[in-house]
This record gives sequence, C-alpha cells and structure tokens, in this order.
Amino acid sequence: MSELITKTAAELAEALAAGETTSVELTQVHLDRIAAVDGDAEAGIHAFLHVDPEGALAQAAESDARRAAGETRHLLDGVPIAVKDVLATQGLPTTCGSKILEGWVPPYDATVVRRIKAAGLPILGKTNMDEFAMGSSTEHSAYGPTRNPWDQTRIPGGSGGGSAAAVAAFEAPLALGTDTGGSIRQPGAVTGTVGVKPTYGGVSRYGLVALANSLDQVGPVTRTVLDSALLHELIGGHDPLDSTSVDAPVGSFVEAARQGATGDLAGLRVGVIKELAGDGWQAGVMQRFAETVDLLKELGAEVTEISCPSFVHAMAAYYLILPAECSSNLAKFDAMRYGLRVVPEGDPSAEAVMKATRDAGFGDEVKRRIMIGTYALSSGYYDAYYGQAQKVRTLISRDFAAAFENVDVLVSPTSPTTAFALGDKLDDPLAMYLQDLATIPANLAGVPGISVPAGLADEDGLPVGFQVLAPALADERLYRVGAAVEAALTTRWGGPILAKAPNLEGGR
Amino acid sequence: MSDTLVPFDEVVAAYDPALGLEIHVELNTNTKMFCGCPATFGGEPNTQVCPTCLGLPGAMPVVNGKAVESAIRIGLALNCEIAEWCRFARKNYFYPDMPKNFQTSQYDEPIAFEGYLDVDVEGETFRVEIERAHMEEDTGKSSHVGGTDGRIHGADYSLVDYNRAGIPLIEIVTKPILGAGEKAPLVAKAYVSAIRDLIVALGVSDARMDQGSIRADVNLSLAPKGSGVLGTRSETKNVNSLRSVERAVRYEMSRHAGILSAGGSVLQETRHFHENDGSTSSGREKSDAEDYRYFPEPDLVPVAPSREWVEELRATLPENPATRRARLQEEYGFSDLEMRDVWASGALPLIEATVAAGTSPQSARKWWVADLLRRANDAGVELAEVGVTPAQVAEVQALVDAKTINDKLARQVFDGLIAGEGSAADVIEKRGLALVSDDGPLIAAIDDALAAQPDIAEKIRGGNHAAAGAVIGAVMKATRGQADAARVRELILEKLA
Repeated sequence: MSELITKTAAELAEALAAGETTSVELTQVHLDRIAAVDGDAEAGIHAFLHVDPEGALAQAAESDARRAAGETRHLLDGVPIAVKDVLATQGLPTTCGSKILEGWVPPYDATVVRRIKAAGLPILGKTNMDEFAMGSSTEHSAYGPTRNPWDQTRIPGGSGGGSAAAVAAFEAPLALGTDTGGSIRQPGAVTGTVGVKPTYGGVSRYGLVALANSLDQVGPVTRTVLDSALLHELIGGHDPLDSTSVDAPVGSFVEAARQGATGDLAGLRVGVIKELAGDGWQAGVMQRFAETVDLLKELGAEVTEISCPSFVHAMAAYYLILPAECSSNLAKFDAMRYGLRVVPEGDPSAEAVMKATRDAGFGDEVKRRIMIGTYALSSGYYDAYYGQAQKVRTLISRDFAAAFENVDVLVSPTSPTTAFALGDKLDDPLAMYLQDLATIPANLAGVPGISVPAGLADEDGLPVGFQVLAPALADERLYRVGAAVEAALTTRWGGPILAKAPNLEGGR
Repeated sequence: MSDTLVPFDEVVAAYDPALGLEIHVELNTNTKMFCGCPATFGGEPNTQVCPTCLGLPGAMPVVNGKAVESAIRIGLALNCEIAEWCRFARKNYFYPDMPKNFQTSQYDEPIAFEGYLDVDVEGETFRVEIERAHMEEDTGKSSHVGGTDGRIHGADYSLVDYNRAGIPLIEIVTKPILGAGEKAPLVAKAYVSAIRDLIVALGVSDARMDQGSIRADVNLSLAPKGSGVLGTRSETKNVNSLRSVERAVRYEMSRHAGILSAGGSVLQETRHFHENDGSTSSGREKSDAEDYRYFPEPDLVPVAPSREWVEELRATLPENPATRRARLQEEYGFSDLEMRDVWASGALPLIEATVAAGTSPQSARKWWVADLLRRANDAGVELAEVGVTPAQVAEVQALVDAKTINDKLARQVFDGLIAGEGSAADVIEKRGLALVSDDGPLIAAIDDALAAQPDIAEKIRGGNHAAAGAVIGAVMKATRGQADAARVRELILEKLA
C-alpha cells in the first residue's frame, strides 16, 4: 500500500505542483488499492460498480502532459476522483444501482462530470448506491451491498455508501455524491468521512438521474473539510441547463475552511436543534455530539437550544413528496429506448414489454416508493397527501427561517445511530427511513448541511457524525464551522479519525 | 356503420347542443419547448433529438423564452388575462411515443385565461368564451407497420420518431359554447377559422391544418331543448380541416340524438373523424376517472412574465383579423362575395402587397383569386407558394396597362415565371409574347379578314359596330393573340368609316 493514498486531495495537489508525484502515479496507486480491497458483491468493500483503469490513466497522462507544458487547468488537475453511479458519464456505464439500467452507457456527461473532466480530474470509476438512491444502507443496490471499511459486517450508509466507503477505504481521495434526504451526510457520518449537501440550486443537477428533483443535490464526499471545499468550488455555480440552479457567484468555501481551521469561532451563534434528540438516539452518538457542542463553546461560539417544532413531521412529508416525484421520474424506464428490455413470451406488445421490464428491472424498495407516490398523487388523495406534505414543507422552511434569525448555524447528530449490521433493517423500511431523521429537514427546505466526524461511539467503536446546517446560500458557514471542529478534534485525537480504522490490506 | 342518425333539423328541434373546442397550435419557434433541438418539420427520423427531448436519464428541461412570448401574444390576442406567475405540470401516462411517460404541460396555472374571441357566422357576431391557453410539449410520432390500416391494432411492429417530441404547443380551450343551436356546426367552423386567421396574423405558427400544425378536438354534447343542463360529451380528436370541423359537429349531433332519442346514454369517449364519409368512430373510452396525476414540474422554475413585458408584447399585436378584413374591404371596394373569396383563399396579404406595389385592388384581386389560385390548387400548394410574388404580379399588370401585353399573354407570362424562366421581361422576350405594336401587320391582317368576309364589312359600314368582333377574332387568330384588340377595333372602324 502506497503512502500516497492516505494523503488528502489538497496534499496530493501540492505534491503534484511540487513535482513530487505524477497524476499517472496517483491514479495507479488508487487503482491498485481498489484492486486490493474493493472485492466484489460477495466480499470486500465493493464501493465500485465499475472501475475504468484505462480511461483514468489516459486522463492522468493528459494531466501530466498539461502540467509539463505549464497548462494545468485547476488546483485539483490530476487528482483522481470517484463518481456516484447516479451521475451520467459519457462512455462509462451508469446504472443507478438498478438492473433496469444495466449496460446503459450515457451519450452525455452530467454538468458536474463535465466540470471535473474539464478541470482534469481522472475518473477512477462509478460508485455503488442504493437503487435509484432509495435507501440508507446501500443494501438496495441491485449489484450487492457496499461494506463499511470500519467493520465489513456493517452498512456504509446510503444511498451513497459507495462514494463514502471508497473515500474511507483510501480507494479515492475525492468522490461525488448526491443527497436527497441524507445520502451524502449519513454515509459520511457512519464511515468517518466528510460529506456536504450544498444549498439547493448551488450545484447543477443536469445529468443527475433524479430521485426527487425538488430535494436532490450533488455534493462532495471527502476525508477533510478543506477537500470538500475545493471540490465544491469546482462543481458549484450556475448552469444554464438546470433551471433550478442559482445564478449567483460560487462561495469562497476554501477560504472559509482555512479560516475555520484556525479554530476561532468567537461570536458565532450556534443553535442545537431540540427535536433531533431523545428516544432511539444511540447513547454513544449523543455523547460525542454533546462533547462537540462543548468544543464549539471552547472555540468561542455562543450555543443555545432552538426548537424547530415542525421537524417532527419532516419524515412523513418527505415520504410523500419523494415517492410522488420519483413515481413520475421513473416512468421513463419503459424498455422503449434504453436499458433492460424483457419481452414476455407470446405478448410482445409495448404495454406487456413495459410491465414485464419494470417488474424485472426494479427492486422492492423502488416498487414500494412508486406505489406510494402514485397513490399520493392520485385524484381524490392529492390534497390529503401530496398537498398536505407541501404545506409541512413550508412550515419546515419557516422553522429554519425563524431559527436563523437567532443563530448562524444549527447543529445536530447527523444520524441517530452508528453503522448498523448488514441485513438488520432490510425487512423494516420504517426503521431504515429513521436513519435520515436529522438530515431530511435540510433537503425539504433547500438549506445546506455538512457532516464531519465527531469521534467513535463508546459502545461499538464506530464513527459518529456531527451535522452543521446553514441558511440557503450561506454554505461558507458549513466550511468555517466544520473545519474548526475538524482541526480541534484531529488535534485532540492526535491524527485523523481514519487512522483508527482497520488496516484493510493484509487485515481481513 | 351502425350509428343511428337523426336528421339535422330534427336534432335542433329537440336538443340544445353544447360545443367545446380544444385547439393545439404548433409554434414555429426555432427550437423545441425545453431543449435546443430544431423544431422544424421533415428531418430524417430521430435526428432532431438530444438527451432532454429523448427523456434520457438525468437530462433536464429549460423553458424556451420565445415560446413563452408566443403564448403570451396568443393569449393577448384572445383577450385573455396573462398569469403573473404560473407553473408547468407533469401529466403522467404511459405511451411509447412520449419519452418521459409524462407530458410537461400546464394544469391549474395556465399562462393565459379568461378570454374571448368574436367570430362571424353568416354575418352575425358570435362570442366564444376562452377558458385558457396553456403551453405544453408535443409527443413523438408512432407509425404502425403491417396490419390493415396503419392502426396499432394488428400491426406487426411500430416505429417511433421523436423529432416531434418537445415541439412547443399552445392548447387553446373554450368554455362550453351554448346557444348556437342549428348554427353549432358553423360556429365551430368559424371559430377554428378565426383562430387560424389570428395565428397567421400573429406569425407564431405555420398554421397548416393539413400538416397538423393546427389540430382541433371537437367536444359535443346534447341536452333536451330548454333543459339548461349539459349532456355527456364525446371528443372527436384531430379534425384537420375547417370543413371537417363542421361535418364532425353535424355528424356527432345526429349521432348523439340517435342514441338519446332511443333512450340510450352517450358514452364519454374519444372519437376518430373519417374524411371520406364525414362519420366518426369510437376511439377510447375516457371517463372522468382517468387520472393523469398532475403535479407541478419540479425541474422548472415558475414562469413570471413582468407586466412591462406583457404590455410590450401587447403593443406588438397585429390588427385584429376581423377589423383588418373590414377595413381592407372598404378600402379596396370589394363586394362581400369578392371579399369572402379573397379571405378564404388566403389572398388578402398577397393582394395587399400587390396593391402596395402599384396595382389597382381589382386587378390584384383578379390575378390572385381568379388565375393564380387555380394554379395553386392544381399544384396542391398554398397560394403564397404558387411561385409568383406580389411584385411580379404588379410588374405583369403594369405591362398590361402599358399595352405591352394583354391579359391572355399575361397568363403565359405567369406560366414562364412559375417555370423559372426569369423576370417577366425575360419571359416576354424568350417566348415572343409582346403585342404587335406596329399598325402595318395589323392592317394587313384586317384586310385579309375583310376580304374573306365581305358581308361583314358591309354590316359595319351600315353602322353595326358589333359586327367588328368577328373581324377582331380573325385578326387575333392570325397574330396568335399578340394583337391589341382595342387597337384592331380602332383600325377596322377607321378603315370602314
């Protein structure tokens, strides 16, 4: 195992700039790591659904040539990255973790993919996920689960368990994720990594295969806050192809992270969300959370408790809005133009082919949400379900607005528990949904959130995530606070949290 | 055909018809409603497509601003309110020619609403109330191969062309049109005609019913006369000519009456119209229970046209077609009958341009409606595409006025213009069409003609000037039409005076 893989993206960028390494070398050591630890559906981390050694090395060689010619395009030019399989990549398979898209190779790039390619980041491959991003454990992937590098009998979170595990297992220094109700932040929490859900509209969704269009955001998945800031600045900003993207300058996230890392939070007003605690919250999680809140005080922040009474209805509203949107989004998977096609014996009519294909191609969780969403939008039920859920959404936005009149950021544990065992909640969808209790409100209101490691829970020795939420378009605050927490805790621990993770090579 | 039809006069004696018209107008924007693909007709199948209009996973729509502008102008021309804020909505249903299996349309928040259009029915003005005009995207086009009649039933396989998918449409929906009585078929026709005229005047669509750029769906129901209730309606889809609109209403009135008078109830369904015999046949059953699960399109932000913009667009509206028609009829001194033919043939703008180029209105009318219209009909093209421009018509008429050619030769000049033989002067030169301007050959031809018919010379000398006609005819024949008949007449009378 090369020492290079444990370095942060910012350190790798410096090493490249200093001529101490090449992009080809960096790409190769990460490909080697993937070959050594990623395994397959049966064993290993299984963070990747598709690895592209040839493509990545070719991009790396081009990056090195550019650097030699003095034509480097971006600070991260040459630093490899992994991409969640829900983002369209021209020439690379994009399955969304579903059988129904097996073998589909998009003819176009998502805007974020176009941006990372334009900046010169070699794409190592596509990462595993719950089918169409529906889940909190990556167990709903049609291609087998991803395993948590901290304990391979446990889930890596979801839906973006692949991106988080890839970064946690040093298979990639950077990854792209997507977050609809916590799919970046909750995997970050349970794998001891950093994940950011930007303000809704802050990053283009063009080419992101939509789960729920009004909730989805693309964001960075990294090991450090600074790396997230670097990646966020690269992928963020207005995109004319996404009407919902905000036409405003990208924030100074890197500067905010560097400023936060100095450890000075004097005058910062922090609100602890009262509703995101209580029964069902793991003791070790609450303990690390309380310590981190104390740490903020030590760094000069003023901490108060804030009530967001509507948050208790967030889960119910979310599980009406999301299925409603996804039931319509997933209608396009009908075997007529791309993807799986199942032709039933004796009846090749379009209707029969659509039915058979959708039956064979979608997993149980997907079917469950399509049915819920179809029901919620049906005439006679619309007002009672979808309409009501939209009202709750407004109330949640108002709770945020009221809270941010008094505080600069809100904080909570990212997830109620640490990583649970694979298979534990597969038969209990509600228990699975509760994993996202703390992350969902941000998506409903469109505000940004970050999860940073807060330590390991005493009872199981597994990572706990600390969530920071900020007002819309105030993503800089996430980086300032996140970097301050990270710097102080890293000092306290004597090194990054992932140094405590098991050695995968030669280990298991 | 198993429909029992009640004679039309019996229908209107016993029932009140309620009409409802839904017209789809395909806009002539350069690009599609939600992507940058060309919105033009006629490309090779599936060549004018991209990830967005093909509904590829991950692709997103962006609203075409020009289409919104056209929608607002149509709304204003229909005397509608223009929404200060409106959204697109998804209309969810599965069909292979619909790439996303939902149509991006508008539902309860149309861009334009609450308007009206006054139409002229046999000299009377009839006000049609407009409920809404909204924006949406067209679907792809399925063709069913094999089987008997191109229908999906019995076909071996189907092909889908997505070039049309995403082309901007404006759907204009009337409120129920009540009180038309026996004039219902004419009101329907006049309304569709008025919409077409309006669309032409606005320049927002090719407005070709035969090519489907304007498509009408005709809703009709009957209720017992004087009952004031609304009956169950049928919806006859895609009626593609003005005459067909009238026939479809007439047929459906007779068919509904046949069912109702036998004590039956009308099935709420879509119907297909058949051009060959003017009948309709059952399409698919359409109950109110059909559920499109509309909800606001989350990938698009609301459309919120500023009042300033709306007023700017209002200022660009062309003269109302009915006003313009009345004004030009007055200016040109056309009779009602003449004006009707001018209007129906689409000749008015061409006549206007010809008059502007210096021709008298009657001469311009004569060429466009009498001569060139016949040529257009023979060639199966619109009058404007007949191959002669207003400037050329004006040039030819000027040559007639200057006696370089006569009307008969002018027709041959048009032949040459349409055949692409160059300018009018070129055609006259190449075909040798100029009138004989020298009296010498004419006098020689007159002498020959008089020698051949000595009795006629006597009649003329005796004061019967009408007899000169026979001599003129002979001279025209001898000069192959290239004589100025009036000059020949003068010469004959001079000679025999």
